[in-house]
Formats: sequence, structure tokens, C-alpha cells
Amino acid sequence: MEWKREWKPLAAIVTVFVSCYYLPIGYDRFDNALSEALHLVKWYAREHVLLCLVPAFFIAGAIAVFVSQASILKYLGATANKVIAYGVASISGTVLAVCSCTILPLFAGIYKMGAGLGPATAFLYAGPAINILAIILTARILGPEIGFARAFGAIFFSIIIGLLMHFIFLREEREKAAVQAAMPEEEVTRPLWQNALYFFTMIGILVFANWGSPEEQTGLWHLIYNNKWLIASLFAIALSIILMSWYNLPKWQVIFAATPSVVLAFAVGNHPTIAFVAAVIGLSVLISRREDETGEWFRESWGFAKQILPLLLFGVLVAGILLGRPGNEGLVPSEWVSRAVGGNSLLANFAASFAGAFMYFATLTEVPILQGLIGNGMGKGPALALLLAGPALSLPNMLVIRTIMGTKKTIVFVALVIIMATISGYLYGMFY
Amino acid sequence: MDIKICGPGCTKCHEAERLVKEAVEEAKVKATIEKVTDFNAIAGYGVFSTPAVIIDGQVKCVGKVPSKKDILEWIR
Repeated sequence: MEWKREWKPLAAIVTVFVSCYYLPIGYDRFDNALSEALHLVKWYAREHVLLCLVPAFFIAGAIAVFVSQASILKYLGATANKVIAYGVASISGTVLAVCSCTILPLFAGIYKMGAGLGPATAFLYAGPAINILAIILTARILGPEIGFARAFGAIFFSIIIGLLMHFIFLREEREKAAVQAAMPEEEVTRPLWQNALYFFTMIGILVFANWGSPEEQTGLWHLIYNNKWLIASLFAIALSIILMSWYNLPKWQVIFAATPSVVLAFAVGNHPTIAFVAAVIGLSVLISRREDETGEWFRESWGFAKQILPLLLFGVLVAGILLGRPGNEGLVPSEWVSRAVGGNSLLANFAASFAGAFMYFATLTEVPILQGLIGNGMGKGPALALLLAGPALSLPNMLVIRTIMGTKKTIVFVALVIIMATISGYLYGMFY
Repeated sequence: MDIKICGPGCTKCHEAERLVKEAVEEAKVKATIEKVTDFNAIAGYGVFSTPAVIIDGQVKCVGKVPSKKDILEWIR
């Protein structure tokens, strides 16, 4: 017996056996937590995947293909106007990096080859926080106010953090970049307004398909709610026309792809989701085999779906087991949560901020976890603090950043993020 | 021919590496293929965005996975 090699399978078997032997099933709290986790997954699948995530993946894919990185990187290069660089760096996270692994090379590039430490750290902080998928899901599940606060807080404070980093390390010499930055080639340019309208129709579909039912039974909001599918359909028709006119999709193919959806919209009008799914399938069939930009659009969107759905499923299960559905409990008693991060004290905000900075949140998983925490008594202020510090940083992430800008700068950066997140949370908690 | 593929190790970078290897085999060209994962080195080549493909010192593709057709064109 080669014990040197065989100890591993033995250890695995023993561990699994002991876990099964001592499985806490039968204890109320555990059974309840399991049930909560499964209920939560079902709720997500029913309420958010089809109408919210699927369009969001298409939008993210479109951004990856149709937004010209080169035109943005011009503002972040070595010769760029430094003042503008901060603004661009803080906002560009929405369009430059939907994948979290793209942030680090961009950060390294902007720091070493481009506009320098200030704009680079502004981008490093804002990028993950305002990734388009995260904003959409945050607004949808946690509410538009906190979604907006997250985006605004990330952008605003990233500029401040960038500036502070710049001034704190002003005296340090940075090696002049000897190599010219390699710009990605300019692709076929469609007039900006055409691209903008294209995005606008998709965002329109996303917003109106997900329009929530308001409290009052009268008024504009309610009127919109009653007609949301009609409005969403109008946007869908607009999108089809745009795809036919400006994106080179053959007219008869588009009409053919749209027909099942239109038929179902009238046949099963009280279940608009069915027509919606048919439309998504139609669009996918239409573009997935193509070799041009629309084909690339599909491949990018599909790439995001493959990457993110398993992570989100995992995040929802973890949130469900630990925290339960909103209003319920999981393994963690709510008193622990309210004691640690309830209310809006500076300490609560700091605790949330600190934990968030070191904890690793896979893309989008911060949303179900935060939903669970808020449902268990976390204050709105600390919630925002966690949203601002969590996705942007984690311990593994800090170690990589350290290899790019060194230990001292990394420590200062992390400290600044935690402080800014704490302050933002505190201010938000005061007004909401 | 010296081919460098820049990327920290995410799926897109692996995809780019795989396509480059297949293209090199198909074209029967002699080439050394190297994966660069260190961010400082990547930034040193002037690359801001991964995956990126550099052939004989020239940056051919930045920020997306190149198609095999494109790679074959570059190495022939």
C-alpha cells in the first residue's frame, strides 16, 4: 500500500463519513435552514432569472462587443488629461469590465503604462462595484435606492480614493513607461447614436418587464405597471427593427424568429413570461450561429451566463442556509446580525465594511447574501457599506494587488476603501 | 516564431491559449508558445486588457479571444 498517495482518498472518505454520521438533520434550526435555502433558490428562479438576469446577460454581452474599449482607454492613457482621467476611470467600470478578472490587468496597465496611480486606483475601486450586472440585480432585489446609492457611492468615492492615493504617494518616483501602450484595433464604427438606441431598447425591455407593482392603485406608476408588457413589447419591436436596419440581420429571419413570441403573446396573454421566453429563444436561434458581431454578442452573453449562473446559485444557497429568506432565519440567529450590524452606528458600518473588504464575494453573490442580512436585521447603512467594500476587495484580491503596487500602497488603499465605505454607509443610513 | 498569450488564468485566456495551440498545429509552424500570467509583465508589454496575443513582439490582439481564422492569418 502506497500510503504516501493513498492517505488522500482515505482522508476524503473519512471526512465525508464523519460529516454524514454527525449530520445535523433533525435539529429544527438545521432543517429549517435547509428548507429556507431551497425556498430561496426557487424564489430566485421564479422571480429573477428569466425576466431580469437573461436580459442583463444580453446587455452585458452587448457592452463587451459594441462598446469600444479603445475609445475609453484613450482617456486613461499616459498622455491623457489627468483630471478627466479620474472621472472616466470611475465610471468606465460599467463598460470596461464586466468580468472581474478583467479589472486587474486594466488596473496594472493604467497604473504602469497609463494615467498613473490615482486614476488606476479609482478604477480598481469603482470597477467591480459598478459592474452592470451587479447594479441591475442590486436594484431589482435590494431596491432601486440602494442600487443607485451603490453606483453613486462607488463612483464618487473612487475619485476621492484615487486623489488621496495620488497625493499620499506624490513624492514617490514611478518608472516612466518605456513601452507604448498597445491599443486594441478600432472596430467597425457604427454611429454612436445607433449603438445608444440599441442599448436603450434592451434597457427598456429590462426595466418595463420588471416594473414592480406600486402601493397605490392610481397614478402614473400604477398606469405604467398595468401596461408594462405592452411597453416592453414596443421596445422589443424597436429592437427587432434596429437589428434588421443597422446590425445586418436578414429581415425575414428576424420576423420568423419573432413570430412564435407574438403568437404566444396573444394566445397566452395572461402569462406574458411565456412570450418573453419565446422571444429570447428566437433571438438566440437567430444570432448564435452567426460569425459577425451579433454572433459575438451571443457568445459573450452566453459566456456570462455560464460563468455567473453557477456562482449565483451557490451564493443563493449559502445565503439561504445561513440567513434564510427575508423575514425568516437560517443557521445564524437574527440577534447576532442585528447586534453586529443593526441600526446605523459608526461601529456597525465599520464592521460591515471591514468584513466586506476581506470576505470574498463571487460576482453577484453579494446580492442574495445582503438580502439575507437585511432580512435578519442589518441596517441599511451597514448594508451599503458592505456593498461598497465587499465586491471591490477580498483577501486573495489584495494579495494580487500587492504584487502590482506594493504592500504599502495596498494597505493604504484598503484602509481608504474601508473608511469611505463606512462613511458612505453611515450617511446613507442617516437619510434612509 | 515566439507567441505569448497574456492572461491571469480565467476562461477567456485559456480559450485563447487553446486556439493558439490548435492553430499552430494546424499550420505546422514552428513556434514557442508561452503563457504570461504576471500582471506586471503583462502591463510591461503595454497590454491593458486580457486575453492578449503577442507574436514576435507585436501585439496582435488585445482584450478578446481571437478567432482561429485570425490566428492562422497571423502565423502564416
